[in-house]
Parts: sequence; structure tokens; C-alpha cells
Amino acid sequence: MTFRARHLLGIEPLSPPEITSILDLADSYVDLNRRTIKHSDALAGMTQINMFFENSTRTQSSFELAGKRLGADVMNMSMQTSSVKKGETLIDTALTLNAMRPDLLVVRHPQSGAVDLLSEKVNCAVLNAGDGRHEHPTQALLDALTIRRAKGRLHRLTVAICGDIAHSRVARSNLILLGKMESRIRLVGPATLMPAGAGEFGCEIYEDMREGLADADVVMMLRLQKERMDGGFIPSEREYYHRWGLDAEKLAHAKPDAIVMHPGPMNRGVEIDGTIADDINRSVIQDQVEMGVAVRMAAMDLLARNLRAERGRAMAEGTYV
Amino acid sequence: MILHFENARLIDPEAGTDAPGSLTIADGFIAARDEAAPEGAEVIDCRGRCLAPGIVDWGVKIGEPGERHKESYASAGRAAAAGGVTTMIVRPDTQPPIDTPESLSFVARRAADAPVRVRHMASLTKAREGREMVEMAFLMDAGAVAFTDGVRVIRDTKLMNRCLGYARGLGALIVGHPQEPTLSQGAAATKGKFASLYGIPDVSPLAELMGLERDLALVAMTNGRYHADQITTAAALPALGRARKAGLDVTAGVSIHHLTLNEFDVGGYRTFFRFTPPLRAEDDRAALVEAVADGEIDVIASFHTPQDEESKRLPFAEAAPGAVGLQTLLPAALRLYHQGGLSLPQLFRAMSLNPARRLGLDAGRLAVDTPADLVLFDPDAPFVLDRFALLSKSKNTPFDGARMQGKVLGTWVGGERVFG
Repeated sequence: MTFRARHLLGIEPLSPPEITSILDLADSYVDLNRRTIKHSDALAGMTQINMFFENSTRTQSSFELAGKRLGADVMNMSMQTSSVKKGETLIDTALTLNAMRPDLLVVRHPQSGAVDLLSEKVNCAVLNAGDGRHEHPTQALLDALTIRRAKGRLHRLTVAICGDIAHSRVARSNLILLGKMESRIRLVGPATLMPAGAGEFGCEIYEDMREGLADADVVMMLRLQKERMDGGFIPSEREYYHRWGLDAEKLAHAKPDAIVMHPGPMNRGVEIDGTIADDINRSVIQDQVEMGVAVRMAAMDLLARNLRAERGRAMAEGTYV
Repeated sequence: MILHFENARLIDPEAGTDAPGSLTIADGFIAARDEAAPEGAEVIDCRGRCLAPGIVDWGVKIGEPGERHKESYASAGRAAAAGGVTTMIVRPDTQPPIDTPESLSFVARRAADAPVRVRHMASLTKAREGREMVEMAFLMDAGAVAFTDGVRVIRDTKLMNRCLGYARGLGALIVGHPQEPTLSQGAAATKGKFASLYGIPDVSPLAELMGLERDLALVAMTNGRYHADQITTAAALPALGRARKAGLDVTAGVSIHHLTLNEFDVGGYRTFFRFTPPLRAEDDRAALVEAVADGEIDVIASFHTPQDEESKRLPFAEAAPGAVGLQTLLPAALRLYHQGGLSLPQLFRAMSLNPARRLGLDAGRLAVDTPADLVLFDPDAPFVLDRFALLSKSKNTPFDGARMQGKVLGTWVGGERVFG
């Protein structure tokens, strides 16, 4: 057990052994989740609050299910309809919630760095479920678990991350994680959707999909937000699909056993062809969803252990409040 | 078929030479230079007249679709052939604009009516509204050679930045109109004594520098390919020079009208002298001629803009800007030659070689194995221009009644004689 952090705010602070320990534990939760009785008491008696300042169905339900399977009391707060609307600041919201003594806060926020800020103000473990265009650590971990189970390793793989890199926290967390695990990362997409200085991340940058996919082991497609489709960043859906949409012809440039990933929700016919998404020999998109629950269980389990240990130490020292 | 031009004065902009010689063409291509006439060749005795690569006129407006009464591909093509223009680079500012591969393929079909070569620029944004970029990849597949919203400056700097970035990946050329759009809005003259005296809404010549500096900064950010359609002020030239020195992929053009006319030509509110940008001071004009000679400005073009009589028969500031130029480009350019400002190879470098090079066209040269697009002209023949003798449907020329020198004797496109 090497993961000792109080919070999981991003992939950036994690070491390769920490990443491996989370994935190893997640593997065991995959097994648990495949049983009929999917229950553990790792979080029994603990309170988990999901605070989503940005709409999400799949991530929120994945966290909710993960918490429930671990025996936590789970509460979902949809922050768009809450006191934030009434003008409360993020820190006041955090302090208010903190006073209710939760143990795990799962937070998604549209602003980069908001989850870090919140974590400084509370006495519990904070799990970043996506902040702005910064990080989405559990997505990168679930992608890593999916890749590790499909390819048997995370090192020395060629991973092509394709599409809207600039606005994607998924891309950021993934390229940090895969870089730490010594895979080779390619970013593929139009110049308008490529973050500035992308070349300095140690990735290879491609604008041409066929060149970018050449001999790739993993093809990771990203969702193109609707609001970016018309003229601002790219001319049209049809030109985007023509140049960067993953179809059989483009995928043929990757290795014959390359897997296809997508964090969902997909725009079929925009960034990915429907038949590729449904190809059970190539697409691991459904596996990603399954791994998501397991990885979140593992992450919350580890955070809960660290929290208990920390509180135990504080009690022994008489400093626990 | 083999054609042999003998006793010609060959104007070779690539070599920078103006010397007697002969040229042989076969199967539409230049087959030999300075060799004896092959057996069975049709011999044309040029009698010492100039033979030069045909003009590649960058920025021709044709009224199809939308304003066919002003100009059609057939009428513009006839005017081009008579003016020594062998390739028209057509603007997308039609009604509606050429902003989709479908509309581009329509005008590409219409272009078959013209006896000269036609290549198209597409608009840079949908409907030229400056909000959404066009489908550049599809348009390039359909044959677009460059992208421009013409004189409509893209005000949204972020969008212009994205357009340049997106275009870079395709190797597409963006043609900008360097102008600060809020300063120049409604302007019909250059700020100065003349505009003040006549009470014409005016704009500072520095508005051009401002627009150019913005675009050049964006080119530096994106490494895009950029061509400034018209540089018309001396103040803008140093910025252009700095950008080139910094290694940016930047070129610039100028209209023949800004090289041969100045603001005083507007005289008594003569609307045939209303241009966008407006005519400039004499010092600017002289600096531009020098810039063309030095190669600081790459391209001279007519910016052929047909307007019907009703569009011009209006108060000065309300009149439509622009002039026809396909047929007057060469004689007007020859004014600069006769005045001693530019040599003939320098002129044809700017009118034929450079535009072809910048747009990636196989034209503008007298080299063996290049297409035989040629113009034979007498640079000295004097005439008085009668606008109603022009072949364009529209007759809006500032040179009506002007004494000019230089007559096209023959024009060949791909070895076929299309004029004379």
C-alpha cells in the first residue's frame, strides 16, 4: 500500500507505484463487481457527498454506485440548483458542507483549480471528479486499468489521443498518467483544438490522423463539444468527421490489435464511426464504464484508509477535532 | 501544333532579363528557347515586340452568381484575353459568396465560359460574416487556391487566429485585408488636406498599419501562411519588412490603381476613383512603386471590380468602390515602365511570376516545359482609352480618356491563341 495522500486531486502528484497500487486494488473490485453480491464494508458508516457544479450523468452515477457498493452513505448534491445560485461563494459552500462532517467529497467544477481550493477548506478527503480543463484523475485511472487489462502493461505502448485536446481534462490527466508509466503519447487533432505548448509535454503532435495513428496500440478518441462544432474551432461536423473522425480506413493505420477508447458520451458520426464504436474486437468503450466503478471504489477505499489512519494518529496525539 | 515566335523581345521575370530571342511552343507547352524554328512550325514574327508570361491577375471580381449584369465569366474572360491576362484568380465576394464546396463547383463549371484559365479563392468565413470558418479542407479539394473575406476584415481576432491555425495544417493560404475595420468604416478618402477640403469621410493611412500589425502578430502566433491583398501606404512597409526578416510566411500585393493614381485624381468627386482602400498621397504612391521594385511588395493586380452605372452615379461616399482593370492593368503598369520606375522583368515578376508562385500555379515563367501562357505586346503603341470600347460588361474605369501606351497584340493560353 503506497498511496498515502489525503486527497485525489489529480494524476500530477502521483508516483508510478501509487498509480499501480490503485490499479491493483481496482482489479480486485472488478472481480467483486462481477459477483451477484457486490458489497464491501470498506466505507461502512462513512458519508460521501457528490457535489457536481457541472452536469454529469455517467460520472456521478459511477461515483454513487461505487460509494454504495462500499457501504457509504451517499448523498448527491446538484449544485446548479443549490445555494450557489443564490450567490454563495465556493468556500462558503465548502465550509457549510464541512460542518456536516462528511468523510469523502466528490467534486466536479467547471473552473480549473476549484477543487484544489475547496480541498484546502475541509477536514475530509476530496476526490476530483473533473475541474475545468485541468484534471479528471479517475478517468485517467479507469483508462489505464482498461489498457492494462487489454494490453497486459502500461509501459512502452503508443497511445494516440485524438480530437479536442485543448478543452479536455481527460486528455491532460491521461497524458500525465501514461507519461509517468513510460508510454509514448501522440496528440492528434486540428491546430485549433491543440493546447498551446503541447509539444513541451513530451508528446508528439500530429494534425494528420493517419500519421498520428500509424502503429498505435491504443486509440483514444475524445468527445467534441457541440458548441465547438460550428465554425469557431472547426468548420463543420462533416469536415471534422472527414479529417479526424475515427473510421475503419483511419483505424487501419494503427496496429491490427489496437484498442479503441472513448470517455463518452459519444457523438457517433462526428468523432467516431458507429460501427467502430460497436466493434467488440476493437472497442473497449463499455469496459471503460465498468472499470470506472472499480477504479472509483479503489480510490475511495484508499482515501478512506488514509483518512482513518490520519484521524487515528490525531486522536492518539489528542489533536483530533 | 508547333508555334515559333521569332524576333521577339523576351521578358523573363524569373531570370530578370529583357533581351531579344525566340520561343518555340508545342502541345501547349514551351518547348524551346532561342532555337531555330522546327520543321512545319507556324512562325510568328514578333518584329521586336515584347513576349512575356501571361498575367496572373489576383483578385478578379466576376458577378456570378448574383450580379451577372455587371460581369459574367464570358465577358470577364474576353476582357482578360484582350488585356494579356491568362489566369484570373477570382474573388469569392459574390452573392451569395463562394463559401461551400458546392458553390465553388458551380462557379468552377461557369468558368468554362472564359477563354482564359480561372482559379478560385473561397471565402474565409461562412457568408463572409466573420463568425464561422468555412470548410477549408473540402474547399481545397474542390480547387480553392486561397481563402479571403476580401475587404471585409475579420474583426474577431480570436477567430482570425483560429482560421490561420486551421489553415496552416492544410497548407492553405489566407488572404487578409490589412485595415483597422472600425477606423475605416464608412471612409472614402485618405485623411489629409484633400479629404478635409472636399468634406469626404476619411481614414488615417495608419489604419492600414494597425490592421497589418494585428494580422502579422497572428501569423507569428500560428505560423500560418498569409498574403496581404493590398498594401497601399508607406507606413505599412517597414512592418512587412520586419515580418519577412523574422521568417514569417508573408507576402503582399498592391492594386495597379494605387501605383498609378493618387488622392488628387478624385478631383471633382469622380466616383470612378473611389476605391477600397481609398487612393493615397503621392508620397505613398511613390514609396509603393519603389517597394515593388525592391521586391518588398510581391504582387501587382487589377482588383478588377465591375460596377454598373447606377452603382457609380451617386454622391462620392455613397458610390460603390472599385474599378474594372483586366484590360487596363498592362497599359497602366507600362506607365511605371515608361516613367522609369520599374523594368519590364520587374513588372512581370509582380504580375505573373510571383502570384503564380505564391498560389502554387504552374504559370508566370518562360521556362521550357511550362504551359505556354503568353502575351505579345507593343509597349510603346499610344492610344486614348475609351471606356465603352472595354470588353467588360461594366465600364467603370478611372482611365477613361487617358493617354496610355502599350497594346496587346496577342494572348495565348496553353498554346491556343485567345486574343489578337
